[in-house]
Amino acid sequence: MTDPASAAATPDATLDNAPGSAPGRAPVLEVRDLTVSFRVDDGRAPDVAAVRGVSFDVLPGEVLAIVGESGSGKSVSSLALLGLLGRHAVVGGSARLGGPGQEPVELIGLDRRALQDVRGRRVAMVFQDSSGALDPVFTVGFQLDEMLRRHAPDLSRAQRRDRAVELLSMVELPDPAQRLRFYPHQLSGGQAQRVMIAMALACDPEVLLADEPTTALDVTVQREVLDVLRRLRERVSTSIVLITHDMGVVADLADRVVVMRAGEVVETAPVRQLFDAPRAAYTRELLAAVPRVGTHERPSGATESARPALAFDELVVEYRDRRGRAVRAVDGVTLSVRPGEIVALVGESGSGKSSMGRCALGLAPVTSGTVEVVGTRPGHDSPRTVRAARSRVGVVFQNPAASLNPRYSIGESVAEPLLVHAGLRGAELERRTAELLESVELPAAWVSRYPHELSGGQLQRVSIARAISLGPDLLIADEPTSALDVSVQATVLDVFREVQRSLGFACLFISHDLAVVDELADRVAVLHQGRLVEAGERTRVLGSPEQDYTRRLLAAAPVPDPAEQATRRATARS
Amino acid sequence: MTRRVARRLADLVVVFLGVTLIIHLMVFALPGDPIAALGGDRPLAPNVVAELRERYHLDEPVLQQYLRYLGGLLQGDLGTTFQGQSVADRMALRWPVTITLALTAWGIEVLLGVLLGLVAGLRAGAVSDRLILAGTVVATSIPVFVLAVSAQLWLGARLSWFPVAGTGEGWPTAYLLPAAVIAVFGLASVARLMRGSVVDTLRTDYVRTLRAKGLRERQVVGVHVMRSSAIPVLTFLAIDLGYLLGGTVVVEGVFNLPGVGQLLFQAIRAHEGPTIVGVSTALIVVFLLTNLLVDLLASVLDPRIRHE
Repeated sequence: MTDPASAAATPDATLDNAPGSAPGRAPVLEVRDLTVSFRVDDGRAPDVAAVRGVSFDVLPGEVLAIVGESGSGKSVSSLALLGLLGRHAVVGGSARLGGPGQEPVELIGLDRRALQDVRGRRVAMVFQDSSGALDPVFTVGFQLDEMLRRHAPDLSRAQRRDRAVELLSMVELPDPAQRLRFYPHQLSGGQAQRVMIAMALACDPEVLLADEPTTALDVTVQREVLDVLRRLRERVSTSIVLITHDMGVVADLADRVVVMRAGEVVETAPVRQLFDAPRAAYTRELLAAVPRVGTHERPSGATESARPALAFDELVVEYRDRRGRAVRAVDGVTLSVRPGEIVALVGESGSGKSSMGRCALGLAPVTSGTVEVVGTRPGHDSPRTVRAARSRVGVVFQNPAASLNPRYSIGESVAEPLLVHAGLRGAELERRTAELLESVELPAAWVSRYPHELSGGQLQRVSIARAISLGPDLLIADEPTSALDVSVQATVLDVFREVQRSLGFACLFISHDLAVVDELADRVAVLHQGRLVEAGERTRVLGSPEQDYTRRLLAAAPVPDPAEQATRRATARS
Repeated sequence: MTRRVARRLADLVVVFLGVTLIIHLMVFALPGDPIAALGGDRPLAPNVVAELRERYHLDEPVLQQYLRYLGGLLQGDLGTTFQGQSVADRMALRWPVTITLALTAWGIEVLLGVLLGLVAGLRAGAVSDRLILAGTVVATSIPVFVLAVSAQLWLGARLSWFPVAGTGEGWPTAYLLPAAVIAVFGLASVARLMRGSVVDTLRTDYVRTLRAKGLRERQVVGVHVMRSSAIPVLTFLAIDLGYLLGGTVVVEGVFNLPGVGQLLFQAIRAHEGPTIVGVSTALIVVFLLTNLLVDLLASVLDPRIRHE
């Protein structure tokens, strides 16, 4: 296995000889001046350049990470290499593929049939959404077999089956022979991703392009898939190009890193050098924006008060599945949020954290137990009281593009609660709307803009402005920054903290990201399979967790530091 | 799977009872007295009317008539017409014509509709796609009656490519033209549904995966895109087969084909209650059975339905 330390120890002097070239061994894949632009409106509008003059080398057996934020061109570059971008893309430059002992081939401009022979056999891909990337109507076995049938026609049916079983056991899927008969929907996200990896490796490709392979997965599952990838490096000679936005994943797995921004390569460096001494200003910004669990002390805005802003008492939430069986999403959770306090609800998908948020908003059925929201108890108090209380609760959802009406200007969206609940009209309404936009650091002149004119981070700030428009006593924030890039996330979190400090509302902050929680919360509650595992002061829960699950959760999230990540690996192994 | 079939069969019984009851009530509500109509212009003697009413149980309450009818059905008796013929016998002569016509039309829909939809979907935005789309709009906007009469006039009478009317020349010659006429409407829907389905499927992540695996385009489309796209189209095709079997009235009239549709039309005109109910019941059973069949076929094609 190539240790990141030894990669970092290679002399760096040769690095700058040619753009993107790497020292020593001959590269498996040599990308030079790759450009991708998209034709708009069949050429009636100017082309949009997505990738401009990108060069990098992929060395035999290495893991090369390409990092960047959305729109940086990292995924487009990888799809362009295999001609998978569709007919509106114009691809230029050169990409020479040719591992040791393999016939060299130029991928850019290669004709369709020859390209189809390269895909899967010499360069394979793994995509982000593993469950969507497998055809839902064929078994896993069929889809693996299909790959082998296409590229290894000499194998007999029995040989192909043996190879499929071998591949599935290589990615550490339990009962590989039985899994062949499974359909994709019968696998979990992590298992489906392992099948994808197995399929990609079926024909021993020279290069594996992995596009955000663990982004859609929970941290503990991500950890397992990363482990699988890591161990694969010891067994197969395939070079891996890891496309990701997650600096933690980079630190965990990569040997060298290419940093991209706005379609261009900003910096190429061995992983340790990149984290220890980033040369490009953008790399430094990117690294600084990554939240880390540090658990430093911070004053809490919580006030002691007789009545909590939000209280769950022995809350049980059950849903019915299609056969009418009860599925318990929340199982006897007692938790309260004091006025002015930010309580983070942490857990993986299916832990019940969003159900609790929905309960607080009166959107989920309370099977037993009670919920008390700003002094009222939905289901006990009169509907009128409950409705009145609802105007004192704000909410921010994960996907701002979906939670803002696309046909309302952002001013109308922010003003709507004021119009409905506060009865503001005319100049007073305009003044208040402008104030709210400014409080989330958006220019007041933007009131007449529409959601599609704003970026994701700006939209989320609009959501925050709308949520705080009535001066709420309680804010429910459900994964408000999970859909955002790290640098954008950092600014949104800043705005959020600022607004919370000045307005002093209580907040239930639902998140899967422990580092974000650490930056924001006063107290942390950890949920697992609907049960409350652990709750307490942030520094205590994140700094010295009492429960095994919390510890696992903390250990699973890769830290953006190769040295520490290596130490963690070493301790995990012993 | 067995549970699924059992559940669907139970649903089927409920729907069957509901629909036959509604038809019974509607036939009863038809204006005019069928017994009085039997005598033509001359009024029948009151004792004859009373006897006929009793023989056909028209003096009983509707619900009782309905239950009596259901009882007969259980023994395989579809009832007797006012002329004393067995409804089952009358239909037996006509079923082959209607079934042949409907299946021919359905075959045209499946073949052409799926093919046109696939071509349009694969070339979304291209000239061929736009032509197919425009064609389907034109086709759906022409009333069946107009289409039937013009087809008969041009292709039948003027060009003599097809027989003008009747079933004398047998399958396929005699059936092709009327079948094509009734297929046009469904064909347009199938083509458009298939097109949308193909476009959606081509956009999915798994098609990208298949291409990244290096599969030939022929395999990607022939094996994966076709199967996924067929599932929504199939549901439509099933409902349409039912529509074709029952909706051949106009075409059977224009082309003078002695089918069930014509029988139903005549029965409605003559207030032939037992025949109307008998034909409708038979059509409902066919409709329900094709739906059940397609449901099962869909669950074979789509494992997610199967494991629900």
